[in-house]
Amino acid sequence: MSLYYLQKFLYELNRDESAQKKYRADLEGLLAEFELTDEEANALRDGDIGLLYVLGVNGQILMHYAAFLGIEWFDYLDMMRDGIEKHGQVRAGVYTMTGGGESFTEEEKKR
Amino acid sequence: MSLVYSGVLSHAPGITGRADLCENTELRDAFYAKLGQQRQEIVDSGAEALIVIAAEHFANFFMNNMPAFCIGIGASYEGPIEDPEWLKIARTKVPGAPDLGARLTREVMNTVDVAYAEEWKFDHGIMVPLNFLTPKYDLPIIPVNINCQGPPLTPLHRAWAFGEALRRACDSVPEKVALVGTGGISHWPATPDSGKINEEWDRNFLDQLVRQDKDALLSYGDVETYADAGQGGFEIRTYIAAAAAAGGPGELQFYTAELPIFAVGVTVARFDIAA
Repeated sequence: MSLYYLQKFLYELNRDESAQKKYRADLEGLLAEFELTDEEANALRDGDIGLLYVLGVNGQILMHYAAFLGIEWFDYLDMMRDGIEKHGQVRAGVYTMTGGGESFTEEEKKR
Repeated sequence: MSLVYSGVLSHAPGITGRADLCENTELRDAFYAKLGQQRQEIVDSGAEALIVIAAEHFANFFMNNMPAFCIGIGASYEGPIEDPEWLKIARTKVPGAPDLGARLTREVMNTVDVAYAEEWKFDHGIMVPLNFLTPKYDLPIIPVNINCQGPPLTPLHRAWAFGEALRRACDSVPEKVALVGTGGISHWPATPDSGKINEEWDRNFLDQLVRQDKDALLSYGDVETYADAGQGGFEIRTYIAAAAAAGGPGELQFYTAELPIFAVGVTVARFDIAA
């Protein structure tokens, strides 16, 4: 478990255009700069929002990463719910799901 | 002189980024109008610079070196770090106030050990307020951060002391300075629970805030806040600092829990500046 470096990877990616360029040109090279488990590195290779959420990535970091990947808002929420369905509750941090997975907005319910 | 304005407002990315998804456009626009009023109040105050006390979300500060407090003294800043299409705010350069910021920092340091930074990238936590309060980006900005994100968090009583220190600092300079605190109250942002709001908790907190009930404001424990108001509730630190800086009673100008698409009970308030 190296949640610290997993989050640091995303922190750098979210804020730094040179990291974003490297992400697109040489993802493996960028991944190698961080001490990540295979599970974490694979989640980043796949852009697996659901697994990253369950691994405990802070929601603010994850939300910015999802925006970087071009994921629409309601899809982002669903990906986190799917992650919990597949992998169980969030394993670390303070961004756990407390609401049982339901939607809290009429806009999303009507989708 | 010379703190001339102190207020608070919400900053959630949905306020701009999900404006088009919002179905209650009447209430949404009433909120925007109230932010326009806040902008006018800041203009009318004659402010020459605006301090934004933010609760940033890992745009600059990370757990490798997390300050409890930081003041920006850069010449300029850039934001948003987020995809501009997602936030619906174009990436832009924002003027800073390096000389004023450094003088304020020097004074604050007499009582609060504050970090300072000449580089600072703005995320939605600052860009959403600026989008409404200084849409032409023609007012020098002094960004300020309180750690509301990476535990161990800044204690509430230190956020209060920091607000008082900022007030002393503002009063020690000849310039007219405005200040806003920006955070959410109860909310569960960036989680599947996005849109969950504890209105009763919010209204109780806001009542204490506008009454300047210091003892009540500083009594919130992080465990209870997390349970009742979510991880977003930790951002009350910014409101507390703004109240402490002002010293006078507040006026709640707007609050609604009926725009959950913005993922927060949206709030606008101002304080009297106590002599």
